[in-house]
Formats: sequence, structure tokens, C-alpha cells
Amino acid sequence: MQPLTNRVKQVDRRPMSLLERAYLPAIFKGMSITFGHMFKKRPTINYPEKTRPFSPVFRGLHILNRDEEGRENCTACGLCAVACPAEAITMEAAERKAGEENLYREEKYAARYEINMLRCIFCGLCEEACPKDAIYLSETFAPANYQRKGFIYGKDDLLIPNPKTEPEAYAKAKGGRVTVKH
Amino acid sequence: MADEIKKEPPANFKVTIDNITIEVAPGTTILNAARTIGGDVTPPAMCYYSKLQGSGGKCRTCLVEVAAGSTADPRPMPKLVASCRTTVMDGMIVKNITSEKVKDARAGVVEFLLLNHPLDCPICDQAGECHLQDLGYEHGKEGTRYEFKRRTFEKEDIGPYIQLHMTRCILCYRCTYVADQLTEKRVHGILDRGEHAEISTYISKAIDNEFSGNMIDVCPVGALTDKTFRFKNRVWFTKPVDAHRECTTPGCCGKTTLWLRGEEVFRVTARKDQWGEVQSFDGKPGWICNTCRFDKKKTGDWTIEGVTKVNRHSVIAQGHYEGLVTPKETVQQVLGGRAPRLLMDIHDESEVNRNGVHLSEINGPAHSDDFKKDQ
Repeated sequence: MQPLTNRVKQVDRRPMSLLERAYLPAIFKGMSITFGHMFKKRPTINYPEKTRPFSPVFRGLHILNRDEEGRENCTACGLCAVACPAEAITMEAAERKAGEENLYREEKYAARYEINMLRCIFCGLCEEACPKDAIYLSETFAPANYQRKGFIYGKDDLLIPNPKTEPEAYAKAKGGRVTVKH
Repeated sequence: MADEIKKEPPANFKVTIDNITIEVAPGTTILNAARTIGGDVTPPAMCYYSKLQGSGGKCRTCLVEVAAGSTADPRPMPKLVASCRTTVMDGMIVKNITSEKVKDARAGVVEFLLLNHPLDCPICDQAGECHLQDLGYEHGKEGTRYEFKRRTFEKEDIGPYIQLHMTRCILCYRCTYVADQLTEKRVHGILDRGEHAEISTYISKAIDNEFSGNMIDVCPVGALTDKTFRFKNRVWFTKPVDAHRECTTPGCCGKTTLWLRGEEVFRVTARKDQWGEVQSFDGKPGWICNTCRFDKKKTGDWTIEGVTKVNRHSVIAQGHYEGLVTPKETVQQVLGGRAPRLLMDIHDESEVNRNGVHLSEINGPAHSDDFKKDQ
């Protein structure tokens, strides 16, 4: 029969020679390979104490951005939801009342904003569609969860910490990557 | 000489628009002649509205080039003309999209219209069905080169149903014609002149006429929007269906488009034709009254006729899967009649569109109180 690949090896069914029957030489050969790995560079790292750097184009968990005064950027225009190929994003909008100007940047804001991480494919089209610099895919993974309901991310999970009140948490959430691209 | 004057004009005028020759009745405007051809040949119109007498001639987006005035006088017209206000002559040759001059001039007009128009489409409820937005994108003018301060106005309350955003107004005068021609007394109009011109009611007098809601439909931009729909949803997430009800208001046609999300009626508008104008029924424009528009927000109030045909290229058509064939569910058969165990019902977890909270029933835009956690 014509072989499908060039990696085919015929099984050798000849009786073993004396050297092969002696057993120990083969054991030493195998052990030398095993112990030889001790002196090679280790391919693993001690996660989570050590982490690998992310690629500059890595697309991880979403964050909802705030401006430098701590106001939410999102204006619930729905462009992320319409761009989303997995239809993972849903939202409900509300009008900003007098006195809420320090909370929301625009007249309209997303009162509820939800991403279903079970549906999300991390394609980053929401980030591209956003006209208000409001949604970004950060350098973190979506953490595992025992239950499916833990993957419905609301505004509490997505909003970046306020840069005014929690500057350290904000800087950490923002990450080292330059997020402004024009 | 005298014979020539006595000679009767032909019954129909032959006019050539973008190399397509048609015959139209004398007195027809170039724009309406082009609309009988349809398609790309039709010039866009921001201020002209065929159902409103005297409209047109203000925005200059319908500019066309007249390459030959008529058979009798085949000289070209020296300047581009507004097609909504220029009537055809026999043997007239018009160039619309075949003329570079027209395209260039129209792009300029769009840029002028966008000088004072804020680029706040993410907030504006008209986005997705806005004629100025379409026009801007068609001519590649979605950005702006304008660096100076835009004309802004204080927000003004003109009644419980209609939201006026004067900053978005392009002064097409359509709404004032609606008030003049549909209602008995007009309480709003254009105040001041030139750069300061604005639509307003005199001393903020509320507009409380049964047909005032039609101003929302004729507004080509988001200057006049429905307050009962304000910020509730984006048009492309709602599904338009044709519906009607027996309306007792004289003059109301009762035939509308409902904008649904699930079972909720978010908005009611008059039915629009392909030019974005109100459809005509039995030769009469299908204006609707405020009762139909603002008060009947339950599917039970309406007889639904079917899904509204939306242009495939419109953003409103997104997510409306037409001709969808759902395959037969075989899980129960395989499991011996047992229903599959649902690991999560999204409606139990999702905060959005929660059962019991109906945004469509809130009168006006939702506020932070409507989204309290304990509700």
C-alpha cells in the first residue's frame, strides 16, 4: 500500500541481539537522557509568583474606561454591541441627572452594561468600534469559575477603578501598555 | 413669430437625467422627475418634503447641473441649481451623479451643514436613521475640519413629548411647515436671523397639538426627537413592524410602524417611504396623531401586519435574520422525552432587560433611580 506520509517505519520483528538482551545498557542510555535535562534551561516558570510578559496585541478581559476626572466614558451608544460578532454585549442607557456630572462624562450613560464572557470570543471589535475610548481589552485573563453565572460580567466587574479615589488600583488596572492610539 | 408663441407645449416634457430619459408632466421639479426614476440618480434632499407645501430650497444638498436648459434654448445653466425648486423643461438634460461638479459641490454643502452640527451621534437618538449622517458618510465627510466653537444653545423644554436639541438643527424649516399645514395654530417658529436663527416656541410655550408629533418624523436630523423614546434604546436594536389601529382622531391614518424589542413597544412612528418621507395612503399623507404616537405603547393596542421592509444596507437591518430556518429540536427524542438540563438561564443572571422592569413604560428617559439594585 502506498504510505500516506514519509514517516512510516517498519516494525523490526527480528529476535533481540545479546546486547539488547543484557537490559542494563538500554537503561543507562534512557537515564542519561532523563538526567541530562537537569542541566538544560527550564522551559517553565513559577506562576503565579512569576508571570510572562504579554504580547503588545494581547486581548484579554474588558475594562470600561474612565476619564482623568474619574467619570465614566461610556455613553451607551451601542456600537460595541452592534459590532460584537458573538452578541455578547448588552446594555441599558439612562439620562444623566443634575448632580451626576462627576460620575458620567456625557448626557447619556450606560446604567447597565453587561458582557457575557461565555459568548465573548475576545476579538476586540468592541474596542475598535468604540467612539468614546470607553472599552478596552486589558492584559488579564478572564478568571476561571465553578459556575456559569460567574461569567456574566456587569458594570461592577468591568469598570476601571476611579483614578481620583483609587489611583494605585487604577494604575494597576490600566497596565503598562499604552492604551491611547491615534 | 406669432405662430411660435401660439404653438401649444407638448403634453409631457421629455427630460434626461444622468442619461436616462423620461417623460414627466409640465411643472414637475427635477427632483421629483428623478424620483420617478429612483435609485442613485435621485438627488438627496434634507429640507424638501413632498408632503409639505412650500418646503425645499434651503439646504442646497439637491444641487444638480443642467447641461442643456431645453430644446428651444439648449444653453447650459451657468450655475448648479437646486433640483427641488427648478421645474423641468422639454428637452432638458440634467447631470446629477455623472457630474463631478455636482459631487464636489454637494460634498461642500454637507461640510457646511456639519459646521454647526455637533458630532454627538453616539448620544443622539436619531443615529442610524439620520439623513445627515447618511449624507455625511456618503460623501466621506464623517469627520470634521472645523476648529472653532460650534453654535450651542441652552436646552429648551417644548412640551412633554418632544425633545428639542437646537444645536443639532440644520434649519430645514420642515417642522414649521408641519405646524402650519397640519395643525390649526403654530406656536413655534424660527426666531432671529442668520447665524443666530433658531427654532423655538415663543416664551417657551408648550406645543400641545394632536399632530405635533409629526414634527419628529419630518426632522431630518436629531433636533426633534421623541421624549418617550429618549435614550431607551438604539434604533438598530429595535425591530420595526407595520401595525394599525382604529384611531378616532380626525385626520389620523392610524397606520404606523412600531419599534419593538421583544414584546415591548419602544416607539411608534408614521410609516416611511423610500425617500424617508411619510407614506401616502389613498393619496393622502399618512400623518398620525399624538395618541397613536405617544400613548399606545402596548402591543395589545395594535393589530400587527408584519415586519417592516428595511433596506439591507441600513444598520437597522442588522441582527434581523430574515428567512431563518430553525432546525428541528431532537434532544428530547434522543433523551427519551426528557428535557435537557439547563445549566443557566441568562434571564436569571442578567441585569439587562430584567423581567418586571419595562423601560418602554417609563414616561421619558430612564434615570439612575430606575436602575436601583433593590428593584
